[in-house]
Amino acid sequence: MSFLDRSRTVAGPGFSRWLVPPAALCVHLCIGQAYAFSVFNLPMTKLLGISKSAPGDWALTDLGWIFSIAIFFLGVSSAVFGRWVEEGGPRRAMFTAALCWAGGFLVSAFGVYIHTLWIIYLGYGVLGGIALGIGYISPVSTLIKWFPDRPGMATGMAIMGFGGGAFIASPLSVWLMGKFTTATHVGVAETFIVLGVVYFFFMIVGSILVRVPPDGWLPAGYTPPAESAKLISRHDVFVYDALKTPQFWLIWWVLCLNVTAGIGVLGQASAMSQEMFPGHITPVAAAGFVGLMSLFNMGGRFFWASTSDYIGRKNTYFVFMVLGFVLYCLVPYTGSAGSVAGFVCCFLVIISMYGGGFSTVPAYLRDMFGTRYVGAIHGLLLTAWSMAGIFGPVLVNYIRAYNVAHGVPKAQAYNTTMYIMAGLLVIGFICNFLVKAVHAKYHMKEQDARGSEPALRPAGARA
Amino acid sequence: MTANNQPAPLPTETVIKLVLSWLFVGIPLVFGVIYTLINAMKLFQ
Repeated sequence: MSFLDRSRTVAGPGFSRWLVPPAALCVHLCIGQAYAFSVFNLPMTKLLGISKSAPGDWALTDLGWIFSIAIFFLGVSSAVFGRWVEEGGPRRAMFTAALCWAGGFLVSAFGVYIHTLWIIYLGYGVLGGIALGIGYISPVSTLIKWFPDRPGMATGMAIMGFGGGAFIASPLSVWLMGKFTTATHVGVAETFIVLGVVYFFFMIVGSILVRVPPDGWLPAGYTPPAESAKLISRHDVFVYDALKTPQFWLIWWVLCLNVTAGIGVLGQASAMSQEMFPGHITPVAAAGFVGLMSLFNMGGRFFWASTSDYIGRKNTYFVFMVLGFVLYCLVPYTGSAGSVAGFVCCFLVIISMYGGGFSTVPAYLRDMFGTRYVGAIHGLLLTAWSMAGIFGPVLVNYIRAYNVAHGVPKAQAYNTTMYIMAGLLVIGFICNFLVKAVHAKYHMKEQDARGSEPALRPAGARA
Repeated sequence: MTANNQPAPLPTETVIKLVLSWLFVGIPLVFGVIYTLINAMKLFQ
Protein backbone atom coordinates (compact mmCIF):
# COMPACT_ATOMS: atom_id res chain seq x y z
CA MET A 1 0.00 0.00 0.00
CA SER A 2 1.71 3.18 -1.16
CA PHE A 3 -0.05 5.20 1.52
CA LEU A 4 2.19 3.47 4.04
CA ASP A 5 5.45 4.08 2.17
CA ARG A 6 8.11 6.10 3.89
CA SER A 7 8.29 8.44 0.91
CA ARG A 8 4.59 9.28 1.41
CA THR A 9 5.20 10.39 4.98
CA VAL A 10 7.74 13.13 4.26
CA ALA A 11 6.51 16.37 5.85
CA GLY A 12 5.34 19.07 3.51
CA PRO A 13 5.44 22.85 3.92
CA GLY A 14 3.72 24.16 7.03
CA PHE A 15 4.04 20.92 9.00
CA SER A 16 4.84 21.42 12.68
CA ARG A 17 7.12 18.91 14.37
CA TRP A 18 4.93 19.19 17.48
CA LEU A 19 2.38 17.02 15.66
CA VAL A 20 4.73 14.05 15.88
CA PRO A 21 4.68 13.52 19.69
CA PRO A 22 0.87 13.11 19.74
CA ALA A 23 1.19 10.65 16.84
CA ALA A 24 3.69 8.67 18.91
CA LEU A 25 1.47 8.94 21.99
CA CYS A 26 -1.47 7.51 20.02
CA VAL A 27 0.52 4.29 19.74
CA HIS A 28 2.27 4.25 23.11
CA LEU A 29 -0.86 5.07 25.14
CA CYS A 30 -2.53 2.06 23.51
CA ILE A 31 0.22 -0.50 23.86
CA GLY A 32 0.85 0.73 27.41
CA GLN A 33 -2.34 -1.17 28.21
CA ALA A 34 -0.04 -4.17 28.72
CA TYR A 35 0.82 -2.90 32.20
CA ALA A 36 -2.88 -3.09 33.11
CA PHE A 37 -3.55 -6.57 31.76
CA SER A 38 -3.65 -7.94 35.31
CA VAL A 39 -7.15 -6.43 35.76
CA PHE A 40 -8.42 -9.30 33.58
CA ASN A 41 -6.70 -12.05 35.55
CA LEU A 42 -9.23 -12.45 38.34
CA PRO A 43 -12.36 -12.22 36.09
CA MET A 44 -10.78 -14.79 33.76
CA THR A 45 -10.53 -17.27 36.64
CA LYS A 46 -14.35 -17.16 36.94
CA LEU A 47 -15.50 -17.48 33.34
CA LEU A 48 -17.29 -20.77 34.08
CA GLY A 49 -18.11 -20.35 37.76
CA ILE A 50 -19.13 -16.65 37.35
CA SER A 51 -19.16 -15.72 41.05
CA LYS A 52 -16.21 -17.94 41.99
CA SER A 53 -13.79 -20.30 40.27
CA ALA A 54 -15.33 -23.61 39.20
CA PRO A 55 -13.68 -26.85 38.07
CA GLY A 56 -12.37 -26.21 34.56
CA ASP A 57 -11.77 -22.50 35.18
CA TRP A 58 -8.28 -21.21 34.48
CA ALA A 59 -5.76 -20.84 37.31
CA LEU A 60 -4.01 -17.52 38.00
CA THR A 61 -0.63 -19.15 37.39
CA ASP A 62 -1.73 -20.19 33.88
CA LEU A 63 -3.10 -16.70 33.17
CA GLY A 64 0.16 -15.11 34.32
CA TRP A 65 1.80 -16.59 31.24
CA ILE A 66 -0.21 -14.33 28.92
CA PHE A 67 1.67 -11.21 30.08
CA SER A 68 5.01 -13.05 30.21
CA ILE A 69 4.61 -14.30 26.61
CA ALA A 70 3.66 -10.78 25.47
CA ILE A 71 6.76 -9.22 27.08
CA PHE A 72 8.94 -12.00 25.64
CA PHE A 73 7.60 -11.30 22.15
CA LEU A 74 8.06 -7.56 22.72
CA GLY A 75 11.80 -8.18 23.06
CA VAL A 76 11.95 -10.68 20.19
CA SER A 77 9.91 -8.62 17.71
CA SER A 78 11.68 -5.34 18.45
CA ALA A 79 15.00 -7.09 17.83
CA VAL A 80 13.86 -9.00 14.73
CA PHE A 81 11.76 -6.28 13.08
CA GLY A 82 13.88 -3.27 14.12
CA ARG A 83 15.60 -2.87 10.75
CA TRP A 84 12.32 -3.32 8.88
CA VAL A 85 10.70 -0.66 11.07
CA GLU A 86 13.59 1.72 10.42
CA GLU A 87 13.67 1.25 6.66
CA GLY A 88 9.92 0.91 6.08
CA GLY A 89 9.13 4.10 7.94
CA PRO A 90 6.97 4.88 10.97
CA ARG A 91 3.58 4.80 9.24
CA ARG A 92 3.96 1.25 7.97
CA ALA A 93 5.22 0.16 11.40
CA MET A 94 2.42 1.90 13.31
CA PHE A 95 -0.19 0.48 10.93
CA THR A 96 1.24 -3.02 11.40
CA ALA A 97 1.32 -2.55 15.17
CA ALA A 98 -2.33 -1.43 15.09
CA LEU A 99 -3.36 -4.52 13.11
CA CYS A 100 -1.46 -6.86 15.44
CA TRP A 101 -2.65 -5.14 18.63
CA ALA A 102 -6.33 -5.08 17.61
CA GLY A 103 -5.99 -8.56 16.10
CA GLY A 104 -4.50 -9.82 19.35
CA PHE A 105 -7.53 -8.58 21.30
CA LEU A 106 -10.00 -10.06 18.81
CA VAL A 107 -8.24 -13.45 18.76
CA SER A 108 -8.15 -13.38 22.58
CA ALA A 109 -11.86 -12.56 22.69
CA PHE A 110 -12.48 -15.67 20.59
CA GLY A 111 -10.25 -17.63 22.99
CA VAL A 112 -12.32 -16.43 25.94
CA TYR A 113 -15.57 -17.17 24.07
CA ILE A 114 -14.65 -20.81 23.41
CA HIS A 115 -12.67 -20.99 26.69
CA THR A 116 -9.38 -22.11 25.15
CA LEU A 117 -6.34 -20.62 26.84
CA TRP A 118 -3.74 -21.33 24.16
CA ILE A 119 -5.69 -19.12 21.75
CA ILE A 120 -5.24 -16.24 24.22
CA TYR A 121 -1.53 -17.07 24.48
CA LEU A 122 -1.45 -16.82 20.69
CA GLY A 123 -3.64 -13.70 20.50
CA TYR A 124 -2.56 -11.35 23.27
CA GLY A 125 0.75 -13.12 23.95
CA VAL A 126 2.23 -13.62 20.49
CA LEU A 127 0.28 -11.22 18.26
CA GLY A 128 -0.04 -8.58 20.98
CA GLY A 129 3.61 -9.02 21.93
CA ILE A 130 4.68 -8.41 18.33
CA ALA A 131 2.54 -5.25 18.33
CA LEU A 132 4.23 -4.16 21.56
CA GLY A 133 7.69 -4.56 20.05
CA ILE A 134 6.95 -2.88 16.72
CA GLY A 135 4.78 -0.17 18.29
CA TYR A 136 7.28 0.63 21.02
CA ILE A 137 10.20 1.32 18.67
CA SER A 138 8.25 2.71 15.69
CA PRO A 139 8.17 6.42 16.64
CA VAL A 140 11.56 6.58 18.39
CA SER A 141 13.89 7.37 15.49
CA THR A 142 11.27 9.64 13.89
CA LEU A 143 11.08 11.73 17.06
CA ILE A 144 14.86 11.85 17.35
CA LYS A 145 15.10 13.12 13.76
CA TRP A 146 12.47 15.80 14.40
CA PHE A 147 14.04 16.91 17.69
CA PRO A 148 17.83 16.79 17.22
CA ASP A 149 18.03 19.67 19.71
CA ARG A 150 16.04 17.82 22.41
CA PRO A 151 16.04 14.08 21.61
CA GLY A 152 15.69 13.05 25.24
CA MET A 153 12.58 15.15 25.78
CA ALA A 154 11.03 13.93 22.53
CA THR A 155 11.49 10.21 23.18
CA GLY A 156 10.64 10.81 26.84
CA MET A 157 7.22 12.09 25.80
CA ALA A 158 6.45 8.96 23.77
CA ILE A 159 7.81 6.48 26.27
CA MET A 160 5.97 8.34 29.04
CA GLY A 161 2.83 7.38 27.10
CA PHE A 162 3.74 3.72 27.45
CA GLY A 163 3.83 4.21 31.22
CA GLY A 164 0.58 6.18 31.14
CA GLY A 165 -1.37 3.72 28.99
CA ALA A 166 -2.22 1.61 32.01
CA PHE A 167 -3.85 4.59 33.75
CA ILE A 168 -6.41 4.74 30.97
CA ALA A 169 -6.73 1.02 30.32
CA SER A 170 -7.25 -0.03 33.92
CA PRO A 171 -10.40 2.03 34.74
CA LEU A 172 -11.71 1.64 31.18
CA SER A 173 -11.40 -2.16 31.31
CA VAL A 174 -13.03 -2.37 34.73
CA TRP A 175 -15.87 -0.12 33.57
CA LEU A 176 -16.42 -2.11 30.36
CA MET A 177 -16.40 -5.44 32.19
CA GLY A 178 -18.96 -3.99 34.58
CA LYS A 179 -21.19 -3.06 31.64
CA PHE A 180 -20.95 -6.47 29.93
CA THR A 181 -21.07 -8.70 33.00
CA THR A 182 -24.42 -10.23 33.94
CA ALA A 183 -25.53 -12.72 36.58
CA THR A 184 -24.73 -15.57 34.19
CA HIS A 185 -21.81 -14.20 32.20
CA VAL A 186 -18.45 -12.48 32.76
CA GLY A 187 -17.95 -9.79 30.10
CA VAL A 188 -14.27 -10.32 29.31
CA ALA A 189 -14.68 -11.27 25.63
CA GLU A 190 -16.87 -8.25 24.87
CA THR A 191 -14.40 -5.98 26.67
CA PHE A 192 -11.57 -7.39 24.55
CA ILE A 193 -13.55 -6.67 21.38
CA VAL A 194 -14.32 -3.06 22.37
CA LEU A 195 -10.72 -2.44 23.43
CA GLY A 196 -9.44 -3.92 20.17
CA VAL A 197 -11.67 -1.62 18.10
CA VAL A 198 -10.91 1.51 20.17
CA TYR A 199 -7.16 0.88 20.17
CA PHE A 200 -7.17 0.20 16.43
CA PHE A 201 -8.86 3.56 15.80
CA PHE A 202 -6.42 5.41 18.08
CA MET A 203 -3.33 3.82 16.56
CA ILE A 204 -4.51 4.42 13.00
CA VAL A 205 -4.93 8.13 13.83
CA GLY A 206 -1.31 8.08 14.99
CA SER A 207 -0.15 6.44 11.77
CA ILE A 208 -2.01 9.07 9.74
CA LEU A 209 -0.55 11.96 11.74
CA VAL A 210 3.07 10.82 11.69
CA ARG A 211 5.56 12.38 9.30
CA VAL A 212 9.31 12.06 8.76
CA PRO A 213 11.44 15.17 8.20
CA PRO A 214 12.91 15.81 4.74
CA ASP A 215 16.59 15.01 4.23
CA GLY A 216 18.84 17.59 5.83
CA TRP A 217 16.04 19.26 7.77
CA LEU A 218 17.02 21.01 11.00
CA PRO A 219 14.91 23.06 13.40
CA ALA A 220 15.12 26.82 12.97
CA GLY A 221 18.12 28.28 14.76
CA TYR A 222 19.60 24.91 15.69
CA THR A 223 23.29 24.21 15.10
CA PRO A 224 24.54 20.66 15.67
CA PRO A 225 27.06 20.45 18.54
CA ALA A 226 30.77 20.13 17.84
CA GLU A 227 32.02 16.59 17.22
CA SER A 228 32.63 14.47 20.36
CA ALA A 229 32.14 17.39 22.72
CA LYS A 230 29.69 15.39 24.83
CA LEU A 231 30.10 11.88 23.45
CA ILE A 232 27.69 12.82 20.68
CA SER A 233 28.51 11.31 17.31
CA ARG A 234 27.46 12.75 13.97
CA HIS A 235 28.28 9.47 12.26
CA ASP A 236 25.83 6.64 11.71
CA VAL A 237 26.56 3.02 12.57
CA PHE A 238 24.86 0.17 10.67
CA VAL A 239 22.44 -1.77 12.88
CA TYR A 240 24.36 -5.05 12.87
CA ASP A 241 27.73 -3.31 13.20
CA ALA A 242 26.47 -1.76 16.44
CA LEU A 243 26.32 -5.28 17.89
CA LYS A 244 30.08 -5.59 17.35
CA THR A 245 30.86 -2.54 19.47
CA PRO A 246 31.55 -2.71 23.22
CA GLN A 247 29.38 0.40 23.62
CA PHE A 248 26.22 -1.49 22.63
CA TRP A 249 26.82 -4.23 25.19
CA LEU A 250 27.85 -1.81 27.92
CA ILE A 251 24.64 0.17 27.43
CA TRP A 252 22.74 -3.15 27.25
CA TRP A 253 24.03 -4.02 30.73
CA VAL A 254 23.40 -0.50 32.02
CA LEU A 255 19.75 -0.77 30.95
CA CYS A 256 19.40 -4.36 32.12
CA LEU A 257 20.78 -3.59 35.60
CA ASN A 258 18.78 -0.38 35.99
CA VAL A 259 15.56 -2.15 34.96
CA THR A 260 16.32 -5.21 37.13
CA ALA A 261 16.69 -2.94 40.14
CA GLY A 262 13.31 -1.31 39.48
CA ILE A 263 11.09 -4.01 38.03
CA GLY A 264 11.38 -6.37 40.98
CA VAL A 265 10.17 -3.83 43.53
CA LEU A 266 7.53 -2.49 41.14
CA GLY A 267 5.85 -5.89 41.03
CA GLN A 268 6.15 -6.48 44.79
CA ALA A 269 5.56 -2.94 46.05
CA SER A 270 2.18 -3.67 47.60
CA ALA A 271 3.24 -6.77 49.53
CA MET A 272 6.64 -5.31 50.44
CA SER A 273 5.21 -2.11 51.92
CA GLN A 274 2.70 -4.05 54.02
CA GLU A 275 5.27 -6.54 55.27
CA MET A 276 7.87 -3.91 56.10
CA PHE A 277 5.35 -1.74 57.96
CA PRO A 278 2.79 -4.15 59.45
CA GLY A 279 -0.11 -2.26 60.93
CA HIS A 280 1.00 1.04 59.42
CA ILE A 281 0.37 0.37 55.72
CA THR A 282 -3.02 -1.26 55.09
CA PRO A 283 -3.93 -3.05 51.82
CA VAL A 284 -5.87 0.04 50.71
CA ALA A 285 -2.93 2.33 51.47
CA ALA A 286 -0.61 -0.12 49.69
CA ALA A 287 -2.80 0.11 46.59
CA GLY A 288 -2.47 3.90 46.81
CA PHE A 289 1.30 3.49 47.09
CA VAL A 290 1.34 1.36 43.93
CA GLY A 291 -0.69 4.03 42.11
CA LEU A 292 1.72 6.73 43.26
CA MET A 293 4.65 4.62 42.05
CA SER A 294 2.99 4.29 38.63
CA LEU A 295 2.68 8.07 38.43
CA PHE A 296 6.36 8.53 39.28
CA ASN A 297 7.26 5.80 36.81
CA MET A 298 5.45 7.76 34.11
CA GLY A 299 6.65 11.22 35.20
CA GLY A 300 10.23 9.99 35.54
CA ARG A 301 10.20 8.95 31.91
CA PHE A 302 9.65 12.53 30.82
CA PHE A 303 11.62 14.29 33.57
CA TRP A 304 14.85 12.27 33.38
CA ALA A 305 14.92 12.02 29.57
CA SER A 306 14.41 15.80 29.33
CA THR A 307 17.08 16.39 31.97
CA SER A 308 19.51 14.26 29.95
CA ASP A 309 19.33 16.85 27.16
CA TYR A 310 21.04 19.29 29.53
CA ILE A 311 23.40 17.14 31.63
CA GLY A 312 24.17 14.46 29.04
CA ARG A 313 23.13 10.84 28.77
CA LYS A 314 26.12 9.34 30.52
CA ASN A 315 25.77 11.70 33.49
CA THR A 316 22.05 10.91 33.74
CA TYR A 317 22.84 7.22 34.12
CA PHE A 318 25.53 8.09 36.66
CA VAL A 319 22.79 9.84 38.66
CA PHE A 320 20.56 6.73 38.36
CA MET A 321 23.35 4.47 39.60
CA VAL A 322 24.68 6.66 42.44
CA LEU A 323 21.34 7.93 43.72
CA GLY A 324 19.79 4.47 43.29
CA PHE A 325 22.66 2.92 45.29
CA VAL A 326 22.19 5.39 48.16
CA LEU A 327 18.40 4.96 48.20
CA TYR A 328 18.49 1.15 48.11
CA CYS A 329 20.95 1.20 51.04
CA LEU A 330 18.62 3.56 52.92
CA VAL A 331 15.47 1.44 52.51
CA PRO A 332 16.33 -1.10 55.27
CA TYR A 333 16.97 1.82 57.67
CA THR A 334 13.59 3.36 56.88
CA GLY A 335 12.07 -0.02 57.77
CA SER A 336 13.93 -0.39 61.07
CA ALA A 337 13.21 3.27 61.95
CA GLY A 338 9.52 2.83 61.10
CA SER A 339 9.65 5.78 58.70
CA VAL A 340 6.84 5.22 56.19
CA ALA A 341 7.49 8.65 54.63
CA GLY A 342 11.19 7.83 54.13
CA PHE A 343 10.32 4.44 52.62
CA VAL A 344 7.77 5.95 50.23
CA CYS A 345 10.12 8.76 49.16
CA CYS A 346 12.97 6.33 48.50
CA PHE A 347 10.85 4.12 46.26
CA LEU A 348 9.19 6.99 44.41
CA VAL A 349 12.60 8.33 43.38
CA ILE A 350 13.86 4.82 42.55
CA ILE A 351 10.85 4.10 40.37
CA SER A 352 11.15 7.47 38.59
CA MET A 353 14.70 6.45 37.65
CA TYR A 354 13.45 3.05 36.51
CA GLY A 355 11.16 4.84 34.04
CA GLY A 356 13.88 7.32 33.22
CA GLY A 357 16.20 4.48 32.25
CA PHE A 358 13.79 3.38 29.53
CA SER A 359 13.20 6.83 28.12
CA THR A 360 16.79 8.08 28.17
CA VAL A 361 18.29 5.09 26.41
CA PRO A 362 17.10 5.91 22.84
CA ALA A 363 18.86 9.27 23.02
CA TYR A 364 21.96 7.56 24.50
CA LEU A 365 21.98 5.20 21.49
CA ARG A 366 21.53 8.13 19.13
CA ASP A 367 24.53 9.85 20.70
CA MET A 368 26.62 6.71 20.20
CA PHE A 369 25.40 5.32 16.89
CA GLY A 370 23.80 8.25 15.03
CA THR A 371 20.18 8.66 13.98
CA ARG A 372 19.92 6.44 10.90
CA TYR A 373 19.47 3.05 12.61
CA VAL A 374 18.72 4.20 16.13
CA GLY A 375 15.25 2.61 16.09
CA ALA A 376 16.60 -0.75 15.00
CA ILE A 377 19.48 -0.63 17.49
CA HIS A 378 16.99 0.35 20.20
CA GLY A 379 14.95 -2.70 19.24
CA LEU A 380 17.95 -4.96 19.74
CA LEU A 381 18.68 -3.32 23.09
CA LEU A 382 15.19 -4.07 24.39
CA THR A 383 16.24 -7.70 24.86
CA ALA A 384 17.81 -6.28 28.04
CA TRP A 385 14.28 -5.51 29.22
CA SER A 386 13.17 -9.11 28.64
CA MET A 387 16.18 -10.35 30.60
CA ALA A 388 15.55 -7.89 33.44
CA GLY A 389 11.91 -8.94 33.51
CA ILE A 390 13.10 -12.38 34.59
CA PHE A 391 15.99 -11.31 36.89
CA GLY A 392 14.20 -8.60 38.86
CA PRO A 393 11.16 -10.47 40.18
CA VAL A 394 13.22 -13.63 40.75
CA LEU A 395 15.72 -11.71 42.90
CA VAL A 396 13.02 -10.08 45.01
CA ASN A 397 10.71 -13.08 45.38
CA TYR A 398 13.20 -15.89 45.89
CA ILE A 399 15.51 -14.05 48.27
CA ARG A 400 12.53 -12.97 50.36
CA ALA A 401 11.22 -16.54 50.40
CA TYR A 402 14.69 -17.85 51.35
CA ASN A 403 15.00 -15.36 54.21
CA VAL A 404 11.51 -16.07 55.55
CA ALA A 405 12.19 -19.82 55.37
CA HIS A 406 15.36 -19.26 57.43
CA GLY A 407 13.60 -17.41 60.21
CA VAL A 408 14.17 -13.80 59.18
CA PRO A 409 11.19 -11.63 60.28
CA LYS A 410 9.04 -10.56 57.32
CA ALA A 411 9.72 -6.89 58.06
CA GLN A 412 13.44 -7.52 57.40
CA ALA A 413 13.11 -10.16 54.69
CA TYR A 414 13.71 -7.64 51.90
CA ASN A 415 16.91 -6.12 53.35
CA THR A 416 19.27 -8.52 51.57
CA THR A 417 17.49 -7.86 48.28
CA MET A 418 17.91 -4.10 48.72
CA TYR A 419 21.66 -4.51 49.22
CA ILE A 420 21.87 -6.81 46.17
CA MET A 421 20.00 -4.21 44.09
CA ALA A 422 22.47 -1.58 45.32
CA GLY A 423 25.31 -3.91 44.28
CA LEU A 424 23.81 -4.32 40.80
CA LEU A 425 23.82 -0.54 40.43
CA VAL A 426 27.54 -0.46 41.27
CA ILE A 427 28.14 -2.83 38.33
CA GLY A 428 25.90 -0.60 36.22
CA PHE A 429 27.98 2.41 37.26
CA ILE A 430 31.16 0.67 36.08
CA CYS A 431 29.58 -0.32 32.75
CA ASN A 432 28.40 3.25 32.21
CA PHE A 433 31.84 4.57 33.14
CA LEU A 434 33.43 2.38 30.45
CA VAL A 435 31.24 3.81 27.66
CA LYS A 436 33.43 5.83 25.28
CA ALA A 437 32.87 7.16 21.76
CA VAL A 438 32.39 4.48 19.07
CA HIS A 439 35.54 3.75 17.05
CA ALA A 440 35.58 5.32 13.58
CA LYS A 441 35.93 1.90 11.89
CA TYR A 442 32.26 1.23 12.67
CA HIS A 443 30.99 4.44 11.05
CA MET A 444 28.97 4.07 7.85
CA LYS A 445 30.58 5.55 4.77
CA GLU A 446 28.78 7.90 2.38
CA GLN A 447 28.74 5.27 -0.37
CA ASP A 448 27.59 2.51 2.01
CA ALA A 449 24.88 0.64 0.11
CA ARG A 450 23.47 -1.23 3.13
CA GLY A 451 19.95 -0.23 4.03
CA SER A 452 19.79 2.55 1.48
CA GLU A 453 16.71 4.66 2.13
CA PRO A 454 14.45 5.89 -0.60
CA ALA A 455 15.29 9.47 -1.46
CA LEU A 456 13.29 11.93 0.60
CA ARG A 457 12.17 14.96 -1.22
CA PRO A 458 12.92 18.25 0.51
CA ALA A 459 10.05 20.23 1.89
CA GLY A 460 9.51 23.20 4.13
CA ALA A 461 8.57 21.71 7.45
CA ARG A 462 8.55 24.03 10.43
CA ALA A 463 10.05 23.88 13.86
CA MET B 1 21.48 22.82 5.56
CA THR B 2 17.98 23.75 6.58
CA ALA B 3 14.86 23.61 4.50
CA ASN B 4 13.24 26.51 6.28
CA ASN B 5 15.24 28.12 9.03
CA GLN B 6 13.19 31.29 9.42
CA PRO B 7 10.63 31.11 12.24
CA ALA B 8 7.27 32.12 10.84
CA PRO B 9 3.70 32.04 12.16
CA LEU B 10 2.07 28.65 11.74
CA PRO B 11 -0.83 28.39 9.28
CA THR B 12 -4.24 28.31 11.01
CA GLU B 13 -4.86 24.81 9.68
CA THR B 14 -1.67 23.56 11.39
CA VAL B 15 -2.61 25.27 14.67
CA ILE B 16 -6.03 23.58 14.61
CA LYS B 17 -4.39 20.22 13.88
CA LEU B 18 -1.97 20.77 16.76
CA VAL B 19 -4.73 21.62 19.24
CA LEU B 20 -6.94 18.71 18.15
CA SER B 21 -4.16 16.14 18.12
CA TRP B 22 -2.89 17.15 21.58
CA LEU B 23 -6.44 17.08 22.94
CA PHE B 24 -6.95 13.66 21.35
CA VAL B 25 -4.14 12.15 23.42
CA GLY B 26 -4.17 14.62 26.30
CA ILE B 27 -7.77 14.17 27.49
CA PRO B 28 -7.56 10.40 28.08
CA LEU B 29 -4.11 10.75 29.63
CA VAL B 30 -5.20 13.50 32.04
CA PHE B 31 -8.30 11.47 32.94
CA GLY B 32 -6.09 8.46 33.71
CA VAL B 33 -3.64 10.49 35.76
CA ILE B 34 -6.38 12.15 37.84
CA TYR B 35 -8.11 8.81 38.41
CA THR B 36 -4.83 7.24 39.56
CA LEU B 37 -3.99 10.25 41.72
CA ILE B 38 -7.35 10.02 43.50
CA ASN B 39 -6.69 6.34 44.23
CA ALA B 40 -3.13 7.09 45.30
CA MET B 41 -4.41 9.53 47.91
CA LYS B 42 -5.65 6.52 49.89
CA LEU B 43 -2.03 6.11 50.98
CA PHE B 44 -2.37 9.24 53.08
CA GLN B 45 -5.80 8.48 54.57
